[in-house]
Amino acid sequence: MSATTWAWLVLLLPLLGSIAVALGFRAIPARVAGIVGTASVALAFVCALAVLFNLLGEDAEARHHASALWTYAGAAGLNIELGIYVDQLSAFMILVVTGVSALIHLYSFGYMKSDEGYHRFFSYLNFFVFSMLLLVLAGNFVLLIVGWAFVGFASYALISFWYRRATATKAGMKAFVINVVGDIGLVLAAFLIFQQLGTFDYTAVFAQAPQVFERGEWTVTAICLLLLVGAFAKSAQIPFHTWLPDAMEGPTPVSSLIHAATMVTAGVYLIARTHVLFYLAPTAADIAGFVGLGTLLIAGTIAIAQTDLKRAIAYSTMSQIGYMIMGVAIGAYAQGLFHLMTHAMFKALLFMTAGSIISAMANIQDIDRMSGFWRAMRFTSICLVVGGLALAAFPLTSGFFSKDSILAYAEARGGIYTWMAIGGYVGAFLTAIYTFRLVFRVLPGEPCKEAQHLIDTGELYHGPPVNPATLEQEDTDIGFPGAHHHTAEQSWPMAVAMGVLAFGALFAGLIQVPGVDNVLFGFLDPAFADSPLAAIHPSVGAEWRGLVVGGIVSIVGIALTWLIWVARPELPRLFRERLRPVYLLCLDKWYFDEAIDLLVVRPALAIGRFANDVFERFVVDGLVNGAREAVGDAGGVVRFVQSGFVRSYALLLIAGFAGLALYFLLSSS
Amino acid sequence: MSIDWYIVLSALLFATGAMGILLRRSPIVILLCLELMLNAGNLALVAFSRMVGNQQGQVFALVVMVVAACEVVVGLGLIVAIFRRKLPLDVDELRELRG
Amino acid sequence: MEVILFFVAAIGALGGAIGVIALRNPFYGVLALIVHLFSLAVLFLLLTAAFVAAAQVVVYAGAVMVLYVFVVAYVGGDAESAWEPIPGQRFLAPLLGAALFVELAVAVLSSSLLALGQDGPHVNPGFGNPAAIGYLLLEKFLIPFEASSMLLMLAAVGAIVLAARREVPEVAASGSSEHSSEAPAERSEDPLGATAHPGGAPS
Repeated sequence: MSATTWAWLVLLLPLLGSIAVALGFRAIPARVAGIVGTASVALAFVCALAVLFNLLGEDAEARHHASALWTYAGAAGLNIELGIYVDQLSAFMILVVTGVSALIHLYSFGYMKSDEGYHRFFSYLNFFVFSMLLLVLAGNFVLLIVGWAFVGFASYALISFWYRRATATKAGMKAFVINVVGDIGLVLAAFLIFQQLGTFDYTAVFAQAPQVFERGEWTVTAICLLLLVGAFAKSAQIPFHTWLPDAMEGPTPVSSLIHAATMVTAGVYLIARTHVLFYLAPTAADIAGFVGLGTLLIAGTIAIAQTDLKRAIAYSTMSQIGYMIMGVAIGAYAQGLFHLMTHAMFKALLFMTAGSIISAMANIQDIDRMSGFWRAMRFTSICLVVGGLALAAFPLTSGFFSKDSILAYAEARGGIYTWMAIGGYVGAFLTAIYTFRLVFRVLPGEPCKEAQHLIDTGELYHGPPVNPATLEQEDTDIGFPGAHHHTAEQSWPMAVAMGVLAFGALFAGLIQVPGVDNVLFGFLDPAFADSPLAAIHPSVGAEWRGLVVGGIVSIVGIALTWLIWVARPELPRLFRERLRPVYLLCLDKWYFDEAIDLLVVRPALAIGRFANDVFERFVVDGLVNGAREAVGDAGGVVRFVQSGFVRSYALLLIAGFAGLALYFLLSSS
Repeated sequence: MSIDWYIVLSALLFATGAMGILLRRSPIVILLCLELMLNAGNLALVAFSRMVGNQQGQVFALVVMVVAACEVVVGLGLIVAIFRRKLPLDVDELRELRG
Repeated sequence: MEVILFFVAAIGALGGAIGVIALRNPFYGVLALIVHLFSLAVLFLLLTAAFVAAAQVVVYAGAVMVLYVFVVAYVGGDAESAWEPIPGQRFLAPLLGAALFVELAVAVLSSSLLALGQDGPHVNPGFGNPAAIGYLLLEKFLIPFEASSMLLMLAAVGAIVLAARREVPEVAASGSSEHSSEAPAERSEDPLGATAHPGGAPS
């Protein structure tokens, strides 16, 4: 079978899984639903492998195919097909998405076991995988937007999965609204593309764009800026990032799948896919690069001050995506995608370990209350350390090779991009600090009471069911997380998933060691062959130099963190008091939420109030009621005539007749 | 006499009848004024018939007379019915049909 | 001769008309109308419409007016109040009447009818006599003739139905017979009917 047929299968399987679980939610028992959901994505992964092997069997130049099922919309000038585009980029993305998703489904099989909404969870999760695959495989901008919107919906549905929690529903709405802002940008960009080029199809657009646009022309810059709005909203870059920390209200598998590995990378994919347009709009590309740089630094500083385990990891995600955006914006397409792959693995792993720890803590997520888990949960702790090392780009882990490849490219490009490289290394330092702050808080030291309970009895500590964000008591009925929790030590699906990802986090970087092998870049580079930027390759020496610098930065960061948080535990408190304004700035997330509230939300509410109180009451009601009163008054006037007096009727009659006769007499004379 | 005298007289009688309807309040007198108007019409018809030279106008006048008789019959029946119900015989008082 | 007759009859007709609209007592109005009808019959004779004149006297003055006399005798005549509830009626009515007359006169006199200034064509001696009218009625105007007879029948039936004595339950059960016997006495004291009537005087 051809690559495109396998690709259609990849799309179809999660959709079927979603529908099957959704329709049969009363009939199928929970375990079967979980198996169906997981199996559909696992089979999709197998089909994705088949796509890869099909592509590998062809020449590097010929590895791109488009395939359409039927015409989606064909009318005056429009011809949009339900079509997919399979090339190296989409094959890579579907492998990452289905691979990590399959492992997360396996994890959820154990983690969500006692939740009342088990079927709904797997249905939504499968639907999400389908939407993400649609987004990645789409062959034209319209289908991209469809996938984009579906992914936004799936994110909303899964963030507010525990729908009876007020904080969860609010977070879901916030994510959805900000996503819609991004959607507007994306849709406007698509409209502009259609207006300028007359088509939505990828192959046609990317072939015609260099002929129609000049480099730096304002139309293509506008298109790229609008695309960036969409990319930033979906990938949680500043200033559209405020939804991501709140999205941690969703169950942990959701956080690991959507908000670490897949959905938030959609922006990176978008820029990589439309690299032809971004090459024609260098201003937009530079803006994207600097936004990525800014995000990675700001998010890094915020992560250092957070006390909620999942939120700290969320800010870490934001920061790492900043790296990827920076990479694909300046031309490091393959490098950015390499980091996407490794990040997906170690970030998903980190979230999974966080889920395991939170289960042991009876749903408490505050790291100030956690300690001593090294003794209580050995396997989870090892996974946490492995993930942390990969995130901090410790030498020879996967994150080490991927992150530093981006920074080496930035250096090789030179000019202002060297500043991006420097900023990237600073960010790497911050990454090491905040990552190992978490590790050194949670793992060593005297076990907290929950950990002690686990050590003593081997059973999980049972606390009252609370909302981790507000610490108020809640119910355990449907719509809330259940009363039972599961850790990796107790649930084998969770352990298997985490183990596989830990292996990947450690060793996946070895496929792209500079000077040794070129597996990934060799595969991906031909997809970007039409961009001169992708031809810039740092020399092997420069790459190794970058790797050494990165390794040193990482080790120094980890050592410093050990010093501050383990060896001298009074130092953090000292820093907090001495540098209180800085601490508060980081703790309060650089006041972005407050700024958005002031600049956007309040004016919108004020406009709404104005519309309701003034416009609606005076203008609209005035018009409507005014018309009503006018008609009523007219009726009142006419009512005078119907007085009931026969003689006045006769008077009117004769007067009318006299008038008519007068008219005819005058007109005929 | 030439015909136009008769026609002018008819117009005058018609106008008098109309004025009477507008001015009087008793239903009986209003009916009498109606009779005036109808007769004025008859006069005009007969005059025109004489002017044209055939008798069709006169036949028309006869039919008008019949119609006037019918209308008087019904009108007077109404007046008797009103009187029987002890309502005031005054068109200004009988004004329930109004807006 | 003809001229004198015309003017006498015209003055009689006009006088009767003015009498109808001006006389307060309806009975006197009926009498004025009878005078008017007789004058009109003379005018019809002047216009060589013998049958129509006869019908006018026999049918109109003879039958219709007798009807009026009966009803006026039964109903009686109340003086009308001096107050005019409709604003402007007393002023507008003569105005409109005058306007109507002027317009009609002007309309006819300024039209281009050739025969206006003349006496009319020469007619045969049998013009307007019963035989001629009879021929017309039974030949050319048969259908209007039959229709008008049907109309007469309908009117008669309708009048009977309207004026029939109904078994209407009186609102005040006590004194229904006293009411009907008292009614004429009441009404002579109370010309406006201001006291409560069971039929209800609408305000």
